[in-house]
Amino acid sequence: MISLSNLHKSFGSQTVLNGLDLEIPAGQITAIIGPSGEGKSVLIKHMIGLMQPDQGRIEVDGESILGIRRSQLNRIREKFGMLFQNAALFDSMNVFENVAFPLQEKTALSKSEIRDRVISALEDVGLKNVEHKYTDELSGGMKKRVGLARALLLNPKIILFDEPTTGLDPIIKRAIHQLIKDTHAKFGFTAVVVSHEIPEIFDVAQNVAMLYKGRILQFGTAAEIRHSQDPVVRQFVSGSLDGPIQMV
Amino acid sequence: MVTLVQSIGHSTLGYVHELGKMGWFLIYSFYMVARRPGRAVHILKQLRFIGAKSLFVICLTAAFTGMVLGLQGYYTLTKFGSEGMLGTAVALSLIRELGPVLTALMVTGRAGSAITAEIGIMRISEQIEALETMALDPFKYLITPKLIAAIIALPLLCAIFDVVGIYGGWLVGVKLLGVNPGAYFYEMEKAVVWRDVFSGFAKSLSFGVIIAWVGCYKGYYAGHGAEGVSRATTESVVLTSVLILIWDYFLTSVLL
Repeated sequence: MISLSNLHKSFGSQTVLNGLDLEIPAGQITAIIGPSGEGKSVLIKHMIGLMQPDQGRIEVDGESILGIRRSQLNRIREKFGMLFQNAALFDSMNVFENVAFPLQEKTALSKSEIRDRVISALEDVGLKNVEHKYTDELSGGMKKRVGLARALLLNPKIILFDEPTTGLDPIIKRAIHQLIKDTHAKFGFTAVVVSHEIPEIFDVAQNVAMLYKGRILQFGTAAEIRHSQDPVVRQFVSGSLDGPIQMV
Repeated sequence: MVTLVQSIGHSTLGYVHELGKMGWFLIYSFYMVARRPGRAVHILKQLRFIGAKSLFVICLTAAFTGMVLGLQGYYTLTKFGSEGMLGTAVALSLIRELGPVLTALMVTGRAGSAITAEIGIMRISEQIEALETMALDPFKYLITPKLIAAIIALPLLCAIFDVVGIYGGWLVGVKLLGVNPGAYFYEMEKAVVWRDVFSGFAKSLSFGVIIAWVGCYKGYYAGHGAEGVSRATTESVVLTSVLILIWDYFLTSVLL
C-alpha cells in the first residue's frame, strides 16, 4: 500500500530520517511510535508528499510519489485523507462549511445532497447540532472529530492520523481511539496513526512501528511490540527513565 | 578574509534564491489565473475586502491630498500670477503620480498586510497543508482570487482617489482661496490628455500585482509561530512599499 525505502531527510545539520524502510500493510491500522522529536510527523508528511526526502523512494499502490507532476501527485492524494495534530480546520469557516468544502470543490453534488452527506459524516463521528459553530467555539476533541469527518467524507483508501489525541483528556482520548477503530471497521481504510499514547495505542493498532534515530527500529504486531525484548522499545513502552533512550 | 568572502557569497546566493522563488511564485500565480482562476464567489469576496473596504481610507487620503495640493499649488502659482492653472497642477499631480502611488500605499497598509497575516496564519496552523492533502491547489483558493481582485480594485480605487482629490483641490482653491471655478476645470480639461490617464491606470494596475504578489508570497512562506507571521507581515509592507516606489520610477521614465 505505502512503501518507503532508504528514506533520508535532514534539516540543516539535524538528521531526522536516516535510511528509513517501512511497508504499511493495506486495510490495517498501523501505529508509528517513538520518542518526541524523532520525526514521526515528518515521516507521515512524506507519505502524502507534503515533504520531499533528500534521498529514497516513496510508493503508494506501486506508484512513486516523488519527481512527478503536481496533477499526478494530486491524483494519488485523492486516495488519502488526513487528520492533523491540531485538526487544521479552516478558521474562517464554520463546521458545516469545513466539512462540506471538499465535496463542494471536488464533486458535482447538489446543495441538498452535500447537506445530507455532511450531516451524516458528522453523525458518524458523534457530532450533532454543531454545524453553525466556528472552530474557535469547539473543544479540542470536537475539532478532531470535525477533522475526522472532513477526512472521511470522500471515502479515502488511506487515512493518516498525526497525533490524533494530543492535548485531550483521558476520556476524550479513549473516545477518539474508539472512533478510529469504529470508522476503520465501518469503512475499511488503511490507517497510519502517529501516537505517543502507550499503552492505549496497542488496543487500536494491528501493527506498530517504532521510530528511533531516523530508522524503524522494530515493526510488528501490537503484541510483539508490547512484549519486545529490544531495550529501546522496552524502555519506551514502559516509560522508564533508565535505558538507552537519553532524555536531554 | 576568506570567511568574509564566504559570508558575502552566501548572502548573495540567498538573495538570488529568494528572488528566483518570488519570480517563480508570480509566474505560477499568473499561470493559475489563466488556467484555474477560482470561483467567482472567492474573487468577489476579495474584491470586497481589497476594494470596497478600502474606499473610506482612500477617500479620506484623497480629499486631504487634494486639499494640500490646492494650498501648495496656489502658493507656488500666485508667485507667477498663474493661479488659474491650479486645476491643471492638481489634476496632473494626482492622475499621473500621487493617485496611483498613494492609493497603492494605502491599500498596502490596509489590505496587503492583512493578506500576509491571513495566509501566514493558515500556513502555521497547517490549513494550507490541509488543502494540499485534499488534492486541492492552494493557489486556486488563496492566491489567484487575491491577485485578480487586486488587479481589478487598484485602478478603480485610483480613479476614485483622483476624482476626490481633484474636488479636494477645488474646495481649497476655489471655495477658500478664490480661484476662478471656470478656470480651475477649464484649464484642467485642456491640459489632461488620455496619455496621462493611461499612465495612472498602468501604474495602479501594476501596483495591484505587486501588492497581491508580495503579500501572498510573504504569507505563503511565513516562518514559524506568531513571530514568523509578524515578521512576514512587516517585511511584506516594507517590501511592497519600496517596490511600489521603485517600479513607479521605472514606469514614469517609460511612460513620460
